[in-house]
Amino acid sequence: MSGKGAGLVLMNERAGEGELVIKPVTLEDVPAIVGIDAEVTGSAKADFWYGCYARQNTDAKCRFLVAHRDGEVAGYTFGAIQAWEFGSPPCGWVEVISVAPQYRNAHVATKLFDAVVAYFRDNGIDTVRTMLHIDDHQLISFFRMQGMAAGPYIELEMQAD
Amino acid sequence: MKLQQGTMCAIFAVLHMASRPKEQIPASEIAETYGVSQHHLAKVLRTLSLAGIVESTRGAGGGCSFIGDARKITLYDIIKLFETGWFAGDSNKPRGQSDEAGELYRVMGEVDRHTAATLQSVTLQTILNNARRTARRRENGVADGRMIVAE
Repeated sequence: MSGKGAGLVLMNERAGEGELVIKPVTLEDVPAIVGIDAEVTGSAKADFWYGCYARQNTDAKCRFLVAHRDGEVAGYTFGAIQAWEFGSPPCGWVEVISVAPQYRNAHVATKLFDAVVAYFRDNGIDTVRTMLHIDDHQLISFFRMQGMAAGPYIELEMQAD
Repeated sequence: MKLQQGTMCAIFAVLHMASRPKEQIPASEIAETYGVSQHHLAKVLRTLSLAGIVESTRGAGGGCSFIGDARKITLYDIIKLFETGWFAGDSNKPRGQSDEAGELYRVMGEVDRHTAATLQSVTLQTILNNARRTARRRENGVADGRMIVAE
C-alpha cells in the first residue's frame, strides 16, 4: 500500500505461472483483500476496504482494481483522480498498491500500476502521484523503477498538542 | 549536494559498466569518457572490486565489468564506500548547546533524512531505465519532464 503503511516486497517467493487477470474489484474480492492487507501490515481494516469498494461504485473518479491469478486475489490497487487539492491541477493518485506475499517477484505490482495509470490516461490525466513513508525504501524503489520521481510538493506535519 | 570527485567517478564508472552488463570494458574507455585519470580510476575500481560490485581482468581483451545486481544496488551503496562519515547522523551533534542550536540540528537532520531516503531508493537500474526513457522521448520529440502517463 502506498502512503498508508502496507508493504510491498518485490523480491520474495516465486509466484504462480497462471495468467494474470486485472479487473475492477467485486464484493467477493474484498475479504481476500482485507486478508492480504492484514497479513502484510499486521492490522485488519475491513471498514476501510469495504469503503474503497463502495467508493468506486459511487465515484466515477476512482478505480479499485484487483489482479487474479489461478482464481486467487494476487494483488490490488486503488487510484483516484483529484483536482485542486493543495492547489494542484487534476492528477491521478495511486493511493494503494499491494501484492500477496506468495505472488511477489512476478511483476504483479507493475501490471497493476500500468493498469491504474492507463485508467488515468484514459480520463485525460497526465500526472500521477503517490505518497509513501520515507523509510519504505523498497516501495519507493518500486515507484521510481516505474519512472516516478520527487515532485514539486512537500509534506509537512506536526503534533496537534 | 556536492560529492567528492572520486565518488562521482565511481558512480559514473559503475553506471557505464552496468549499462553493458557482462561486457569487459577497458578502463581507458571509462577514464576518457568521464575525463578522469587512469590512476584515479584504478583506485576507485579497486574499492568497487573489494565491495564485489565490479571485477577486473588483466591482459589482452581484459578490462572491468559490472558483477553486481543493478536492481538492488542503490546510489547510497556506492556513495557510502567513498564518503565515509557523510551520514553520521546525530554522532556529530554537539551536546549541551542552546535550544536554537538544537532546532538547527533538527532541520539539518531533516535534510539528511530526505537525502538518505532518496539515495537509498534509487537503484542503478532505475537510473539506466530513466536514461533510456529520456533518450526514447528525445527520439520521439517529446519534451522531457515528470509526466509519466504517456509511456
